[in-house]
Amino acid sequence: MNIALAIDEVHREALPRASEAGPASKRIVVAYGFWIFLLSDIVMFAALFAAYAILVRATAGGPTGAQLFNQVNVAIETACLLASSYTCGLMSLAVNARRLATTYFFAVVTFALGAAFLALELREFADMIARGATPQRSAFLSAFFTLVGCHGLHVSAGLLWLLVMMAQVAIKGFRAAVQRRLLCFALFWHALDIIWVWLFTVVYLMGVHP
Amino acid sequence: MNLLGKLSWNAIPLDQPIVMAATSMMIAGVVLVLSWVTVKGHWPYLWREWITSVDHKRIGVMYIVLALLMLLRGFTDAIMMRSQQAVAAGGAHGYLPPEHFDQIFSAHGTIMIFFMAMPFVIGLMNFVVPLQLGVRDMAFPTLNSVALWLTASGILLTNISLAVGEFAKTGWVAYPPLSEVQFSPGVGVDYYLWALQISGIGTLLTGINFVTTILKTRAPGMGYMRMPVFCWTALASNLLMVAAFPVLTATFAMLLLDRYLGFHFFSIDGQGNPMMYVNLFWVWGHPEVYILILPAFGIFSEVISTFSGKPLFGYRSMVAATMAICVLSFLVWLHHFFTMGASADVNGFFGVMTMVIAVPTGVKIFNWLFTMYGGRVRLTVPVLWSLGFMVTFVIGGMTGVLMAVPPADFQLHNSLFLVAHFHNVIIGGVVFGVLAGYTYWFPKAFGFTLDERWGRASFWCWLIGFYIAFMPLYALGLMGMTRRMQHYDNLAWQPWLLLAAVGAVVILAGIACLIVQLIVSIRDRAQRPAGGDPWNGRTLEWSTASPPPAWNFAVLPRVSERDTYWNGRKRERTAQDPPAREYKPIEMPKNSATGFITAFFAVVTGFALIWHIWWMVGLGLFGAFVTLIAFAFRDREDIEISAEQIARFDRAHQLEVPI
Repeated sequence: MNIALAIDEVHREALPRASEAGPASKRIVVAYGFWIFLLSDIVMFAALFAAYAILVRATAGGPTGAQLFNQVNVAIETACLLASSYTCGLMSLAVNARRLATTYFFAVVTFALGAAFLALELREFADMIARGATPQRSAFLSAFFTLVGCHGLHVSAGLLWLLVMMAQVAIKGFRAAVQRRLLCFALFWHALDIIWVWLFTVVYLMGVHP
Repeated sequence: MNLLGKLSWNAIPLDQPIVMAATSMMIAGVVLVLSWVTVKGHWPYLWREWITSVDHKRIGVMYIVLALLMLLRGFTDAIMMRSQQAVAAGGAHGYLPPEHFDQIFSAHGTIMIFFMAMPFVIGLMNFVVPLQLGVRDMAFPTLNSVALWLTASGILLTNISLAVGEFAKTGWVAYPPLSEVQFSPGVGVDYYLWALQISGIGTLLTGINFVTTILKTRAPGMGYMRMPVFCWTALASNLLMVAAFPVLTATFAMLLLDRYLGFHFFSIDGQGNPMMYVNLFWVWGHPEVYILILPAFGIFSEVISTFSGKPLFGYRSMVAATMAICVLSFLVWLHHFFTMGASADVNGFFGVMTMVIAVPTGVKIFNWLFTMYGGRVRLTVPVLWSLGFMVTFVIGGMTGVLMAVPPADFQLHNSLFLVAHFHNVIIGGVVFGVLAGYTYWFPKAFGFTLDERWGRASFWCWLIGFYIAFMPLYALGLMGMTRRMQHYDNLAWQPWLLLAAVGAVVILAGIACLIVQLIVSIRDRAQRPAGGDPWNGRTLEWSTASPPPAWNFAVLPRVSERDTYWNGRKRERTAQDPPAREYKPIEMPKNSATGFITAFFAVVTGFALIWHIWWMVGLGLFGAFVTLIAFAFRDREDIEISAEQIARFDRAHQLEVPI
């Protein structure tokens, strides 16, 4: 009998390789699937970013980014969104600790910061449209409103989702399915931050560069 | 303010006898089926067992039913085009006016790619992949049902366009500026866009579901290098869906914004960039052809190794080739428009990449040949399809490499040579592949095999018909005939087009044989029971009953090597008595009407958007949202199947090989 081989067998029996361990737990499966969804969402944004990069100089004689963007406004927007990601993280901790009141508190703060971000963005849009810089004015403005607006739509969807989740926590409590969904919500909210960092860089920082 | 938007009685083309005849036939068919179901009282059964089912096997079968129906619809378009071009030579203008002919070729392409090939491939993956992985369902069963019904919504909208309004006249690619509202003011392009947006969401959900299923839920012991090759190709195909379909969604969204809100992404004014659409479209479009062909490669791998009685030759190289194609498919898109005016360097790069992608495909062909070499090949119908594929696909691949040479492409671009090329790879590759898979897995799905004689007849009709229909198109392309011509002056082309029309009729005979085969097989099903394993199979799906129970496997199989089932059975012949099984209750996902209801609201929303009926758009979106909320607040997700029930089923079907 080859002892070395036998030991090898025992070891394999006790510790199967991760890829051979059988179906993963529901929590892992759900979060993994949601990650794949987020990747697909980022691919969609990549297409919008590409379109923006192609069209950024196509102003058709209309206003350019340097003339339109108000960086103070955008800085406040960014601060709101990044802070909301932090409070969203605190909410996740509260969910893990199963603290109902703390969860609600941080959910409200996250919601308020997200709503503030959205309000500032809408004000920026309204301001631009009032000055004649509508999406119909030029290809550049079409791409701008679509790219930034698509992120804004995602934030709106996130806010709606957060409301639904708070209703679920209130009605169903911290049961497993609700916890999984809160996990996905947190992933979603942080992913919107990542996209915003790109957006901030490509649109608002590079856009005002002459 | 019109309450019905742009919709009025004028939308129904009562003055066009051909369209109205087709419409009445379609409506008659639907009414006939629905009244038959009603008279026979099958509605409760259909609702309970199929429409609300979240079982991957049932969903797979429904996808394939949709695909077969759309094959008929798409083929009707094809035979109309072939007959039109056969007669519309010289001064003649044929029987189809240009605006109708344009809709037919657009609908043919759209339907065949999105609503025939995609559902067929996705249906087969749905049915087979969880069984091959040795698990009980997909990672997200309800999402699977939603994806199916969203695909059906897209199909329904496309077919409504036949009766109400019109379909796109832009070709299946809908290039701007032609597809902009300035040049296509009708609802045709809107039907195209919304039908594909809705079914595209379904496809994306399918992609997410399969990637998660394959990477996270496999039977214990099934490491990556033990997965059947079909699962590998399904993984590659679904990775491509996740990575490519969002681009299509974004591109169509931009075109929709142009059309609905006057944006300037692809318009000529406002410094829009029509070429950007073409680029983005093919960034999705080229991976799309691999989304279709890779699972077909997987089917051929399973079929050839099973019917040669040998393990697949070069398993690792097959996996490597599959994943190489998966990556390379994103580096070749520009070869669809070498003539757009990119620099020689850019064209050169994409030409070389296109030739490079032929290498892994060649690896696969040799692997299949070497698998058959020295094996005991049984010439069953699936093997015939595979052999027909290998010959036909190699020819199609060669003409593809020809067109990958940019200077040659400048001559061949937009000609019938191109049309012949992509039909050569799509019919010879995808259609032969899914028909091989259909014949191969049919007994697993229904418990009886398909009639061999009619299957053989169908294969020969398809194969011969294909060559008669498409080889003349290569010649015509070289003679300078461009695609999508409603009529032409050059009489030298006509004999070739007549020949091509004959070929289409032979293919029609092949389709007729498929229908007869299905009817004959159902009639004589008692004479051809499949048992658990009619083919001497190798993979896990053959280890369970046919049709498999809802839970697939009473006990999750334990996998210790590649082809575990085949090897396990060889050993079992020498073993004394299998160990007694211990049954445990199983949690299975509950049926859900969510998919069906969501799709209903998707159709309402899509139709309202196409016709600018804004209140109905709001209603449809609200309905879909409420459905989602209702699903999110459901109380029970699973039902329990008792150990006793499983044991009873197992005793009745002494087929499962304990692994």
